[in-house]
Amino acid sequence: MDPTPLALVIATTLELALITTILLLAIATPLAWWLARSRRWWKEVIGAVTALPLVLPPTVIGFYVLIALGPQSPLMAPLHAFGIRTLAFTFTGLVIGSLFYSLPFAVQPLRTAFESVGTRPLEVAAMLGAGPFDRFATIALPLSRCGFVSAAILVFAHTVGEFGVVLMIGGAIPGRTEVLSTRIFQLVENLQYGEAHRIAAGLVAFAFLALLGLLLAERRIGSVAP
Amino acid sequence: MSDTLRVRLSGRAGALAIDAAFTVPPGITALQGPSGAGKTTLLRAIAGLERLQGSVHIGGEVWQDAQNFLPPHRRRIGFVFQGANLLPHLSVRANLAYAARRAEAPLSIEDIAERTGIAHLLNRRPAKLSGGEAQRVALARALLIRPKLLLLDEPFTGLDAEGRAGLIDQLAALLRTLATPVLIVTHDAGEAARIAHQQLHIDNGTITVCS
Repeated sequence: MDPTPLALVIATTLELALITTILLLAIATPLAWWLARSRRWWKEVIGAVTALPLVLPPTVIGFYVLIALGPQSPLMAPLHAFGIRTLAFTFTGLVIGSLFYSLPFAVQPLRTAFESVGTRPLEVAAMLGAGPFDRFATIALPLSRCGFVSAAILVFAHTVGEFGVVLMIGGAIPGRTEVLSTRIFQLVENLQYGEAHRIAAGLVAFAFLALLGLLLAERRIGSVAP
Repeated sequence: MSDTLRVRLSGRAGALAIDAAFTVPPGITALQGPSGAGKTTLLRAIAGLERLQGSVHIGGEVWQDAQNFLPPHRRRIGFVFQGANLLPHLSVRANLAYAARRAEAPLSIEDIAERTGIAHLLNRRPAKLSGGEAQRVALARALLIRPKLLLLDEPFTGLDAEGRAGLIDQLAALLRTLATPVLIVTHDAGEAARIAHQQLHIDNGTITVCS
């Protein structure tokens, strides 16, 4: 069987990274805000759970997400009525796995950024008549923009580079769930080192540019910030 | 029309037991006391930024009693905090506009800037202001919303002697033109005597002297 054109694999990889970044910023923002502002001691239990993917092997995350998205999973039962028995080996499943895997890369920078805002600007805004959501939107968000830039770049780059989770959940199905990292694996298995090298070198360059962009963005935001 | 603030608050704030009952009529009331006596805690409790038991009324309006607790953003208090006061990501003009947009009937930015002597600072960023200039802007912003009550927490701290004397005189003259209750925290007895119509003394969380 002919391999999927490289352009399609690149498109799948970028689509996965983009969707994961957008969804994760939406999910991580309220979570990080709560972690930064709550005074309850047990928030650190939630904090530790969100940080777990930093230390767990990707295959462990991939394994449990695979089980959770499989046809026997109680979590899938509500979708049976719509004719969906499993999300394993689908692009949607890949996105769900990526959300778990990259969660700390969004939560940690956002939590740090929210904590660095402190309480004073929020109290000042409250005394000027700003309600809770108003304070979040007009004070916390703009003062945390550096954290949002960091989170977006880290999640995007991390998702582009993930391997274990996408292989476990997606199965590297050509044209559907095959991404650049799994393509390299397949090429090496087939001893096509030249082609593997081309893609691997491209990912190294991408990772370097992403981190450079992150540092430059932080520097620029830091220099125009108060 | 201005109203008198009536405060009856008690409870623990960390290691400190607060017990305070006093009124603040229109005009300047100074709240004095040593460091750690509970001055800032009391101001924050009046503003609703900290929770103590008791009641806070202004005129016929209830800000806090056994059943009600009006959140800080709905009390219409002009609060000048000690130290950093300005929203750091906004210019001076934008700081004033932030307050104006959320006020029911704000004063004009140009008018209040003129009266407080900050018209030449409107396009500056907070980081480019001196301590005295920043406090002046914070005061202008607090006045802009036509507050029902003005709370000033050691507004002259961190200023040099010259800047301090100039600002105190200007501020006192400006505040005397208002018919609003003003509660100003200071630990300087001379400063309190110079500007206040009424003086309160707090020690170890308890209001001990009213003069």
